[in-house]
Amino acid sequence: MTRAGFSTGPFLRQDPNLRDGVTDFMFHDAELLDTWRLEEWLELFTEDCWYFMPTTDRPNGDPHRDLFFIQDDRFLLTQRVTALMNGTAWAESPQSTTHRMISNVRACRLDDGTVEARANGIAHRASNQRVDVYPYRLELHLLDDGDSFKIHTRRAVLALDQLRPHGRVSILL
Amino acid sequence: MDTTVTGTTQSRFVIDDRDTPRFRVHRRAMVDQAVLDDERARVFDTSWLYVGHESELREPHDFRTRKVGGRPIIFTRNTDNTVKVFLNTCPHRGMQIETRPEGTGRFLKCFYHGWSFNTAGELVALPDEASYGPDFDRHNLCLARPSKVDSYRGFVFLSWSSDVPDLLDYLGGATEYIDIVADQAEDDEMQVIGGTHLYSMRANWKLLVENSYDGYHALTTHHRYLQMLKDSGADMSRSMGGGGPALGHDLGHGHAVIGGYDTSGGRALGLGRAFPTESAERKQLERRARLAARYGEDWINRMYAGRNLIIFPNLVIVDLVMGCTIRTFFPENPDYMEITAWQIQPPNEDPELHDMRMSNFLTFWGPAGLATPDDVEALERCQKGFAGHGAAPWSDISRGMIRERPIITDELQMRVWWREWDRRMTGTQHPLEVPRYVANGRGPLKLGTFA
Repeated sequence: MTRAGFSTGPFLRQDPNLRDGVTDFMFHDAELLDTWRLEEWLELFTEDCWYFMPTTDRPNGDPHRDLFFIQDDRFLLTQRVTALMNGTAWAESPQSTTHRMISNVRACRLDDGTVEARANGIAHRASNQRVDVYPYRLELHLLDDGDSFKIHTRRAVLALDQLRPHGRVSILL
Repeated sequence: MDTTVTGTTQSRFVIDDRDTPRFRVHRRAMVDQAVLDDERARVFDTSWLYVGHESELREPHDFRTRKVGGRPIIFTRNTDNTVKVFLNTCPHRGMQIETRPEGTGRFLKCFYHGWSFNTAGELVALPDEASYGPDFDRHNLCLARPSKVDSYRGFVFLSWSSDVPDLLDYLGGATEYIDIVADQAEDDEMQVIGGTHLYSMRANWKLLVENSYDGYHALTTHHRYLQMLKDSGADMSRSMGGGGPALGHDLGHGHAVIGGYDTSGGRALGLGRAFPTESAERKQLERRARLAARYGEDWINRMYAGRNLIIFPNLVIVDLVMGCTIRTFFPENPDYMEITAWQIQPPNEDPELHDMRMSNFLTFWGPAGLATPDDVEALERCQKGFAGHGAAPWSDISRGMIRERPIITDELQMRVWWREWDRRMTGTQHPLEVPRYVANGRGPLKLGTFA
């Protein structure tokens, strides 16, 4: 697996226990985001984590080659969270009302014991008398210590062909 | 200045008062559909508009589709390697021929009735041609073209009117500020990379003109970005020129730039984070030294200070040293614009410098960066505020009018733009505020004098 690339395996033989665990984890993740408990959300990530969002015209882009919307390491993700919580991210000040739905969860354990998971997400963001809808595919590469997961790589791939009329992704997906 | 301009010139949109001094723009210009209708004719249809960069078309028959000045176009490279721009509409019944944003194809085929065109725009095949009779001439049914297409150092422009000056005359002093980007390629050509920021704002397009070279808003609107720079260990005293002179310049025809002169010796990365490693800093200094050996220190000190350029009416080139963006935007409605932004960079850069550039670029720019979303919010809130224009009609753009040489946190560049806009829209001639910048090859800054 590359820094941002996920295998495209069919994920056909699903382990229901693994999928249940991953689904719970993703629901928890979404709830932390919807309730703006972003410092807790940050703790779901490893110290050497990456958070990627490709552009709408390069959904399978390579972050070494192509322009992205987001390629945050832990430092930048922490900066993003801090500003979203302290009111200096004007695009989210006041914080918007968000509502995330997660479905179509698939999970697959790799030979090294880590887990690849993907799901469909849709986030509604209400702010300033308008609602923007963000459909996306969520891809996580998870470390599994037996008790819980940690996110090593997160890729949120917008299922849009342009960021219009949204104009921005100021929330976390 | 040896010439002092006094008095007031004004139209229904702009009051340019040199005595107080004060410069005001009526907010009706930002909300009125009739103004936008006029702008289509008087601004967009009679200016050179940016189409794209030649590097987006790597090989013959590569194409891109986009809208320029409200019209759908196909931007392609012909078999003979020349760049072509066509209307993306079939001469037969008007169907948009290509809807993919990019691709490669020797032929452009309209699926409606099966007419096919080559990348020179010629109709090369159609079903049952015989039914049009023996005098049918395919050459009368080529793909339509803009009135003019031309390019300068890889930047391709079109005009929907033939009544415009030649591109070089139109660009005027702005050519030097395209050169300063193009020269960064060393032995190659600058390259627009894959991945495009296709976004929008619920705001009047002229707000993004102002915002794209607004040096005054950085400390407040972009507080979180600057905080991040500090936390990264960046030495803010070296950022963006390290305290060298940083001025606004009138480049003629409504083009203007804000830019500086780097006195840090290249030890800062513009508005970028601290160098991630010693080797990255060393490689950056080596690259700078190579460029200085080739072009001279003056030019390189300007190159490494960063600058925000707008070519009238809507081509933005902002180089913050850590990365350079090209951005253009068009109004759909008085309160809604569509924006397209690209990253242009030197090809074959050292991998470590390249990764540093990629990461810094999008940490600042783009609709999910740590800066642009806050600009989107600011401009959308301005537009909301303009709902009160009947009771609060005027915006103030006077900052720095008291200075002989306005600096980058002043608003000279916006006034230059608005004076040209007002000339187009109302015929009002506002006097120059500062002497026009005189293009000076790759030499030091050269400030003109009033004729």
